[in-house]
Amino acid sequence: MRIGAPREIAEGEARVALTPESAERLQKLGYECMVEAGAGAAASISDSAYESAGVKLVASAAELWREADIIVKVREPSMDEVNAAPDGKTVISFIWPAANEDLLEKLKTKQMTVLAMDMVPRISRAQKMDALSSMANIAGYRAVVEAGNNFGRFFMGQMTAAGKVPPAKVLVVGAGVAGLAAIGTSVSLGAMTYAFDVRPEVAEQIESMGAEFVFLDFEEQQTDGAETGGYAAPSSPEFREKQLEKFRELAPELDIVITTALIPNRPAPELWTEDMVAAMKPGSVIVDLAAERGGNCTLTKADEKLVTDNGVTIIGYTDFPSRMATQSSNLYATNIRHMMDDLTPEKDGNPIVDMEDDVIRGALVTHEGEITWPPPPPKIKAIAAAAPKPKEVVESAEEKAARELAEMKQSLNRTGWLLGIGGVLCLGLGAVAPPSFMQHFIVFVLSVFIGFYVIWGVAHSLHTPLMAITNAISSIIIVGALLQVVSGNSTVMWLAAASILMASVNIFGGFLVTRRMLAMFQRS
Amino acid sequence: MHTNEGLITAAYVVAAVLFILALGGLSNQEKAKRAIWYGIVGMTLAVAATVSSVEGQTGLIALMVVIGGIGGWFVANRVQMTQMPELVAGFHSLVGLAAVFIGINADLEMGSALAAREAGTVDQLAGFAATIAAKTAVELSILKVELFLGILIGAITFTGSIIAYGKLAGKLSSAALTLPGRHALNLGALIACFVLGFMYLEGAGLWTMIAVAVISGLIGCHLILAIGGADMPVVVSMLNSYSGWAAAAIGFTLGNDLLIVTGALVGSSGAILSYIMCKGMNRSFVSVILGGWGGETQSAAAVEGEMIEAKADAVAQAVQDADSVIIVPGYGMAVAQAQGSVSELTKRLRSQGKTVRFAIHPVAGRLPGHMNVLLAEAKVPYDIVLEMEEINDDFPVTDVVIIIGANDIVNPAAQDDPGSPIAGMPVLEVWKSRHVFVCKRGRGTGYSGIENPLFFKDNTRMFYGDAKASMDDLLRELD
Repeated sequence: MRIGAPREIAEGEARVALTPESAERLQKLGYECMVEAGAGAAASISDSAYESAGVKLVASAAELWREADIIVKVREPSMDEVNAAPDGKTVISFIWPAANEDLLEKLKTKQMTVLAMDMVPRISRAQKMDALSSMANIAGYRAVVEAGNNFGRFFMGQMTAAGKVPPAKVLVVGAGVAGLAAIGTSVSLGAMTYAFDVRPEVAEQIESMGAEFVFLDFEEQQTDGAETGGYAAPSSPEFREKQLEKFRELAPELDIVITTALIPNRPAPELWTEDMVAAMKPGSVIVDLAAERGGNCTLTKADEKLVTDNGVTIIGYTDFPSRMATQSSNLYATNIRHMMDDLTPEKDGNPIVDMEDDVIRGALVTHEGEITWPPPPPKIKAIAAAAPKPKEVVESAEEKAARELAEMKQSLNRTGWLLGIGGVLCLGLGAVAPPSFMQHFIVFVLSVFIGFYVIWGVAHSLHTPLMAITNAISSIIIVGALLQVVSGNSTVMWLAAASILMASVNIFGGFLVTRRMLAMFQRS
Repeated sequence: MHTNEGLITAAYVVAAVLFILALGGLSNQEKAKRAIWYGIVGMTLAVAATVSSVEGQTGLIALMVVIGGIGGWFVANRVQMTQMPELVAGFHSLVGLAAVFIGINADLEMGSALAAREAGTVDQLAGFAATIAAKTAVELSILKVELFLGILIGAITFTGSIIAYGKLAGKLSSAALTLPGRHALNLGALIACFVLGFMYLEGAGLWTMIAVAVISGLIGCHLILAIGGADMPVVVSMLNSYSGWAAAAIGFTLGNDLLIVTGALVGSSGAILSYIMCKGMNRSFVSVILGGWGGETQSAAAVEGEMIEAKADAVAQAVQDADSVIIVPGYGMAVAQAQGSVSELTKRLRSQGKTVRFAIHPVAGRLPGHMNVLLAEAKVPYDIVLEMEEINDDFPVTDVVIIIGANDIVNPAAQDDPGSPIAGMPVLEVWKSRHVFVCKRGRGTGYSGIENPLFFKDNTRMFYGDAKASMDDLLRELD
């Protein structure tokens, strides 16, 4: 079958859904690839690059829609595009079915099979085709770069001959994929980075990226992210109040605020109010990644950069991924390529829409003249529910003393019993055994104890040499054989001789190997 | 007795002290090189003193020692460092067999000594038989008990070590063999041995001891066959311990203190090593000895997700971007002989100013300290090779972890999944680092056959291939 990528017609869209790299891999899956001439130009991918990857160039979009069986796109197809398209094609792109019901109707009547990249369920198996995450990652990075572009100072603190430069203070609100990417970028530029999220379980991830988690002293049990597929849920009014209070406290010190807070299927929560903007220093920058859904900041205007009266720049661009079209095209095309991988289990260039597959079923929005959205809930949960954290028992000094006393008593008791039993056994043995045996027995017991104490001191890394050397030493049994070999009985003599032979192998072999090993240990 | 009895005893005392020093000297790497000489001198002294105390057969002794010595020298020089576990297990079997032979000899000698006592020709006896002839009835009974123990333990050590050798060398399947009613089987065989031992004590002849040797040999086989691959390090050190106890038992039989001291030293050393190993795996010693985790089919949680593969270039990229790298080697590194390439990688990264360290789990490999020996062979400086406790807290601040042929020791199920067969075993917390690369031959499970959720984690990438080939690829990418 043939896969084709038309040029994106949405204004300002620079991405493309097929790259030369992804085309090469798709060809291995048995597909023929084609692309509309100039489709990659905005993402710095020339037509000749496509051609040398074996991709057929098609002059017009109409021709591409006609020739290709599977159309891959970035933005959802426009009504005009769908109207002009022949029936029965397979389309893979962002669709946003909740917001585009008319489009769904239209696609249905056109008998199209449509897979929405934005509906890929958030389960680990599907991560490789999770285009939302790969785009969010780019948006997070770009948000910091845009902020830096509009911010008049360094990120990193420096002591220079021309004076001291304080580090920039950055707050990232919402630690999803975009938030974490922003944190990582900001930290690596050297800024002091703080981050906040309503899901307490992400504190660890925030800290792992090198930022400081802004901790709210709040008693209420937060919703476990696992129940909402890893996304944030709306918080209670009290919690929100507490949260705003914390932001208000932080606002005057912050240089850059990047907000990424989104709740699925709701307008963006309003987290950065006018008074907070007013409290910020002139020259500060706010980047609002939630601008498309109304913005986390009250003053945000979607697709615009504005400067407030007190000199705070508020950036509300909604096309961050498109601003890095080469990178985002690469990642998006790879996501699509992974999707085709799963659709083509036989690698024969024929996609199979498997309704039993959670991922494919989740992404499928229209198929065989039916609207198949919304999908049934996936069979497996995105993440296992976190076990409630056990309360740490804090013990008082008395309790500790009591416990230690009890432990000591117990160990004393045990030692006492062991000594008692051992003593009785020894006495019993002494009662029947002749003195000559007891003499040897003393030697034996003492040696066991010496061995016990000596071995505890052996370095862990030397356990193998220890094994080899004890192996060599255990061939001391040769002494027994030596004593017997002089016997007049020839059977005894030969058995003893054989024992001497074996023990000698062991002595020489054991010591040599130990030496070989020890010779290797050296200090750097 | 030509040489002065006192002189010989003195030589024995010195030898015993030297052996203790040899073991104690292993407390650090620098001292260890000296320690081995204590052992060698001690052994030479002991053998020389004994040889000088016996009369005749010098030619035969010399011949046997020379042949054995050459054999041992040959094996020790030829063996690869990766084959150490097999070698040590193989050597143990020799000590076990020697103990059985000496035990049987002791019985034969006892027979001839008693016969000589009847006939009044005690004067003509030589060596060990002369000592026996001087014993009282009670002493003879005790002698028989000691002899019985020596043969019993010796035979178990012999066959057990051979099986362990076979498993470690890959000549036998490493899976645990679980016969129905295996505990009853072992117990029955052991009871049979004791019954035979009792009969022997009551005057039944040599055949009882040979039967004991055969039956306990079977116990040894069965015992080790029933122990699963993952428990092999414990088995090797346990057999080490047994060979010591066998020597000590023979020492009692022969009334030789040096044998007793040395046997006890080796025995307790092996026992403690086994204990340390067991603690490393959070397993009770008894459950290891009585047959691995065969049969335990608790429902371990099914793992969800997918293993994502990474190629050498991706690994190289991540490593190049990293400031700190921790390498976790396992048995797979040994199998693929990848330690040289790993060492080269370490050198390369360190020269670029990165922190490179090694994390060694107590039961990595098939023998305690196995990894340390391999890394030392490849000239990895030992001060960057750290133990689990030393390094476990550092994973969260580490950029890249490369796992080379290790599986169970980095399995998060040990902490998260109470149903897992390895639940509670201390593991290296590699998943807390930023990126984890797992170098592994294929998708299969590890030696213990347990699924590893680590491979499915978001920050884990699978770097499939033979460990050595993969490391060489990685080195090429780093050029």
